[in-house]
Amino acid sequence: MLDFLSLIGHAFLNLLRRLGFLTIFILWSLSHCVRPPFYPRLLIHQMINIGYYSLPVVGLTALFSGMVLALQSHTGFARFSAEEAVATVVVISITRELGPVLAGLMVAGRIGASMAAELGTMRVTEQIDVFVTLSTNPAKYLLVPRILAGTLMMPFLVVISDIIGVLGGYLVGIHELDFNSATYINRTWEFLEPLDVVLGLVKAAVFGFIIASTGCYHGYHSRGGAQGVGAATTHAVVSASILILTSNYIITKLFFAG
Amino acid sequence: MILSKIELSGLRKTFGAKTVLNGIDLQVKSGESVVVIGGSGSGKSVMLKCLLGLLSPDNGSIKVDGEEVIGLSPRKRDRINRKFGMLFQSAALFDSLPVWENIAFGLIQGQRMNYDQGRAVALERMAQVGLSADIAELPPAELSGGMRKRVGLARAIATAPEIILFDEPTTGLDPIMADIINNLIVKCVKELGATTLSITHDMTSARKIADRIAMLYNGKLIWTGPATSINCSGNPYVDQFVHGCADGPIAIR
Repeated sequence: MLDFLSLIGHAFLNLLRRLGFLTIFILWSLSHCVRPPFYPRLLIHQMINIGYYSLPVVGLTALFSGMVLALQSHTGFARFSAEEAVATVVVISITRELGPVLAGLMVAGRIGASMAAELGTMRVTEQIDVFVTLSTNPAKYLLVPRILAGTLMMPFLVVISDIIGVLGGYLVGIHELDFNSATYINRTWEFLEPLDVVLGLVKAAVFGFIIASTGCYHGYHSRGGAQGVGAATTHAVVSASILILTSNYIITKLFFAG
Repeated sequence: MILSKIELSGLRKTFGAKTVLNGIDLQVKSGESVVVIGGSGSGKSVMLKCLLGLLSPDNGSIKVDGEEVIGLSPRKRDRINRKFGMLFQSAALFDSLPVWENIAFGLIQGQRMNYDQGRAVALERMAQVGLSADIAELPPAELSGGMRKRVGLARAIATAPEIILFDEPTTGLDPIMADIINNLIVKCVKELGATTLSITHDMTSARKIADRIAMLYNGKLIWTGPATSINCSGNPYVDQFVHGCADGPIAIR
């Protein structure tokens, strides 16, 4: 019994230790965001990589989520004759929750993993050490552009994701569920509030920051060759996903407390 | 009195229970070329990383131009590191940048030189190490091992550093390419008038580029002397290493 408790205690302390290191790493990286030199070319490169190249995967996820949501809610609401709420449910679910969370998870898989693998490979092949001999701060050159780009581009991706998700629901609504197009659009706008969209965008920025920070953290501290890079990639995706889901609850609670 | 360019005193570094450096004392004079030899895992790379500030030693002192560098603030450390150039064992070229940008990286990013000037210096350095300008736009992945080493060497000398560190400069190269790299190192160092500290276990390379050789064993420098006397060191450890004998006082674990 004592062994079991000791195991739990050890795991908990280990978790706290890792969170502490991650926090210190994030604060260290943030401190470099506000001090020159800045690398605008690298920032733009990362913004294109994160924002533009993630559009297909985020768009497809949003499209099918919106379509499935319309089908599922129609089936459920038909049980108590509330089919007309489908459009409202789709738009609110997409803008508040599904848009940012699904985009966040997809981008964590695509970008978080890629950042961890790229930085991890740079670490184990001594490329990060090279920066020191070339009078360049690796944090400013490698981490700051990625973290800023992640934070700035996720809201952009979520806006696109919201639009495509709602469009998916609309297509199913009028082609499969025989809604009138004007009525569906009217229902979509009727109950949508600015706060719903703002909440989604705030979540998106936080998720983008989390994805980039955890990807950079695990990649930057990668050790031990190919196996270490593989482990860093896995940890980056898993920890980003967990932090996204946890922070999603906290942000929702903060916005709608009371 | 000639001031040492680099001075290591009582340098000690442990990883857990393993003591890698156990009181290293080494002076490198200005313009001198010192090579530290030793078996794999003997702590040679750790010594260089401590010198560059990539690792913090547990004890001891590291002085560059008479200035203690352990415990310096990042800004002061950066000022010291501007004196260094380094050729890494695997060349460690940036995969995402073409050859010329790899070479000019320290000039463009570290010294804020503009891209055109940086490119011109890079092409100059490429010529210096015998590389054709045709490969300037290629990514490092398309280069052979020997070419990668030459690009690494061009990058190490691009900023005309006062001190150049060579980490196993000929490892993984065929004997002819290794000799070409050794000749380039000697030529470039002479042209720059730089001080060099190299680590290697390639005795041909050590003999060619060193003024003085030191041997690292069990975390200590067990022998130091002129490169010309390495074959008559009178030290059984050095003799075993130099002649590559399996039998002798060096225990392979």
